Amino acid sequence: MTYDRWILTALLVWPLAGAASLYLVPPARAKTLALGVSLVEFALSVPLWWRFVPAGGMQFGLDVPWIPGWGIRFHLGLDGISLFLVLLTTFLVPLSVLGSWTYITKRERGFYALLLVLTTGMLGVFVSLDLFLFYVMWEVMLIPMYFIIGIWGGDNRLYAALKFFLYTFVGSLLMLVAILALYLHAAHTTGLYSFDYGFLMRHTADLGPVAFWLFAAFFVAFAIKVPMFPLHTWLPDAHVEAPTAGSVILAGVLLKMGTYGFLRFALPFFPAVALSPGVQAAVVTLSVVGIIYGGLVAMVQPDFKKLVAYSSVAHLGFVMLGIWALTVQSVQGALLVMINHGISTGALFFLAGMLYERRHTRLLDAFGGLARVMPLLAAALTVVSLSSIGLPGTNGFVGEFLILIGAFQRYPLATILATTGVIVAAMYLLPALQKIIYNPLTKSENQKLPDLSWRERLVLLPLLVVILWIGVYPRPFLARMEPAARRLVETVHPQPPAALR
Amino acid sequence: MSLDLSNYSDLLRALSPEALLTVLALVVLLLVAWRHRTAADLRMAGVATLVTLGATAAAVWWLWWNRAEVEGIASMIAVDDFRFVVDWILLGAAALTVLFSFRYLEREGLLAPEYYPLLLLALLGMMLMAGGEDLMVIFLGLELMSVSVYVLAGFNRRSARSAEAALKYFLLGAFASAFLLYGIALIYGATGTTNLTFIGVQVSSLGIAHLPLLLAGIGLLLVGFGFKVAAVPFHMWAPDVYDGAPTPITGFMATGVKAAAFAALFRVVIEAFGPAAGWSTVIAGLAVATMIGGNVVALAQRSLKRMLAYSSIAHAGYLLVAVTAAGAGSAAFLVYLVAYTLTTLAAFALLAAKGRGGESEVRIDDLAGLAATRPGLALALTIVMLSLLGFPGTAGFIGKWYILVAALGAGHPALAVILVLTSVVSAGYYLPVVMAMYMKPAPGPEAHAGVTLDVPARAALLVSVLGILWIGVAPSRLLDLSRDTVATLHAVRGVSASAPDSTTGPALH
Repeated sequence: MTYDRWILTALLVWPLAGAASLYLVPPARAKTLALGVSLVEFALSVPLWWRFVPAGGMQFGLDVPWIPGWGIRFHLGLDGISLFLVLLTTFLVPLSVLGSWTYITKRERGFYALLLVLTTGMLGVFVSLDLFLFYVMWEVMLIPMYFIIGIWGGDNRLYAALKFFLYTFVGSLLMLVAILALYLHAAHTTGLYSFDYGFLMRHTADLGPVAFWLFAAFFVAFAIKVPMFPLHTWLPDAHVEAPTAGSVILAGVLLKMGTYGFLRFALPFFPAVALSPGVQAAVVTLSVVGIIYGGLVAMVQPDFKKLVAYSSVAHLGFVMLGIWALTVQSVQGALLVMINHGISTGALFFLAGMLYERRHTRLLDAFGGLARVMPLLAAALTVVSLSSIGLPGTNGFVGEFLILIGAFQRYPLATILATTGVIVAAMYLLPALQKIIYNPLTKSENQKLPDLSWRERLVLLPLLVVILWIGVYPRPFLARMEPAARRLVETVHPQPPAALR
Repeated sequence: MSLDLSNYSDLLRALSPEALLTVLALVVLLLVAWRHRTAADLRMAGVATLVTLGATAAAVWWLWWNRAEVEGIASMIAVDDFRFVVDWILLGAAALTVLFSFRYLEREGLLAPEYYPLLLLALLGMMLMAGGEDLMVIFLGLELMSVSVYVLAGFNRRSARSAEAALKYFLLGAFASAFLLYGIALIYGATGTTNLTFIGVQVSSLGIAHLPLLLAGIGLLLVGFGFKVAAVPFHMWAPDVYDGAPTPITGFMATGVKAAAFAALFRVVIEAFGPAAGWSTVIAGLAVATMIGGNVVALAQRSLKRMLAYSSIAHAGYLLVAVTAAGAGSAAFLVYLVAYTLTTLAAFALLAAKGRGGESEVRIDDLAGLAATRPGLALALTIVMLSLLGFPGTAGFIGKWYILVAALGAGHPALAVILVLTSVVSAGYYLPVVMAMYMKPAPGPEAHAGVTLDVPARAALLVSVLGILWIGVAPSRLLDLSRDTVATLHAVRGVSASAPDSTTGPALH
């Protein structure tokens, strides 16, 4: 059917066309048009949810030559891993546009155009099945984000933007060398030159000792993006300096590119290296360190955005643990936490942005007693914080629970330590919540703050709906993830331990 | 078209682009001797130069179209696609330089139309270097090019910096030429010939791959070429000379001179040194030193022009990686050369637009806020910087990618890793340019008042930037062309078997 054949291409081209069209209308209309473009993009992507066949493997494929001399193809496809990331992206972009409505006041056209170009880059990363195309997309999303942080960011934006760029760039260039080495190795074995995902994956078994170094190159690229402790230091700077929409997209989607890279490339390409005892021990240790360290550092942050940034390090530590545990539940849990983190942390950043627009500060101590003057914002913040902590009934619980169950079978000690991370999450978010919305309303600046406007309600409502939906009825999500998770586990680990069955 | 070079009419045909260029350059010289007073005369000379370049390009095209090739082994001048493609690159670089010069010369008060004949003579030398099949022809070409460029570097007589640049370039260049010539003499002593193919044959048939005399000759030759391409540690002259020379000439030096020297080096390495020992290790060492040295020192530059000078040193390092990969690297070399030429010329043209009189005074921070007042120029400079950085979507990426493939395919993973790591370093000086333009406020409302480009320069800039993007997005045509080109370089010479690595890159399958 036409939709199935062209939808992924359309999703990539539409935002670019939209970005160009912003320059055809008066600057004041840019945001309205951008909202329209991103809503259409979301509407285009929604049928994927129904048309997707969980057991069907790669779907919605398109495969045409791009640079035939090098065996480079424009090859797209979607499976149970990428489906949700694509939907998450198209879901968050219109909200980001709406959330930037009053926040972005200078050079609006440029901002929304970059946001749309960024959309193409992010979606491209998730649907590319040609490693050249993947690499190009991986880099393409870097530039818009760099500008978004650097032009519309806070006081220290230049430093944060450059740091963000350099960290990602180091990793991605090392990955580039590894991709080329894989390409030449496969060509040497078969005589065929191709960057095709499936083709390269079939020819990684006989790499020998080089495999470790290639894995290491991919690992560094993805671990920086995740970010894994100790490569996370770019994240607090970038998050704090970025404008609201930048933080939301950064936390919601960009971090997922790292974990997606592990699921899609690093693990299936180099299963033997990834599951060798040394690498396993290192990754699991770093994940657990990330969970606890991120939580503890978040606890002492005076700045709300920085607190949320460090909480991301902890959440992504859970994801990494789930991925490396490689049981069907833990991988499903990891996928779900990736979505949840996008929703909950995205919502937290929106709320932080709304508070900032009112008070021009993000320091927790500047607030207090807001529940009295802004009951709607207080309610939203409470629900979102609870979901980020992982309270049962919210999305956060389902994902982390699945990871912990799945991982316990393989790494009991690490899982027990990780579980304390859930408690730590309560220890940093609940006091923050208390400082912002409870406590006495002592500061005079806070007494006249207006509650959520209609626009802000429109931003938060969809996020709250999804938080509760996944929390109460995760079945449709899990059903679509399960075959992909199972396939991954079987590819990487042909014989899971008996305890799993 | 098969040419027998021992026959004069065939030799003339083989040399037709160079012959035509010589005649027309002399015509332009006469023209400017006759009219050389006003700005209109200057423009006329510029137009005549463009016509000359067009005619020469057509002559090259005529040879290429007729599939000209040599019967037997070429003496003196090569007739192969490698020469033609490099000629086109050189002609393109010269044409863009002329377009960028129109207004620059008038603005700087350099109303001396000798500029254009000198440019043409330098180009003639370059084309002889690119096609030289004999060390003597290469040397003659190199001298013709160098002498013309010495004068061009000091063309702004009123500027002390320019004079300093010319003198420095002349002294060090003469020194380098001596090295080169001495190397040629030693190689002649070892093999009894200066013809490239025969040198290769003699080295294998006499079994002298490790003869000290030959190795010393090769070493001296590499030193000479190292000076011309500004490879570390022979780069000391480059920043000062690039800084002092008139900006369009700096661009021409950074692209044309370098391209010609690299093309000659490539031909020498592939055809003559194939069987000799050790050269590839030496070049690999030069490549590493150049990549690290160029990139690290560029980080410390505040002046945009000096930053670009060091950046062009760094790019010489990347090109040396392609030379190290020899057989596999030659197609990558051509692709990179096209990308680099377009990008670097555009960069210097934009610098010339911003600078008024003292381009070397333009600091990177002086670009602050350019995006607000001159969005088009800022966008162009951003694309240029991203291409220099090797960012996907630009020509620079395709070139770098190809060199990486070549280096890995030829078994030099360490070079590939150093290349990408030094590229990360280069982000540390290319991005601040972008940052200054977009992310810093302009110091005052009139900060960028004089920044404009005239119509020819604007057209040339548009061509360059569109070329950068086109190659970045749809490189197939260029890749196929360079692959076929290099295939002829190997097939006609019949040296691929003796090339150090004949497994070659993917493009040669």
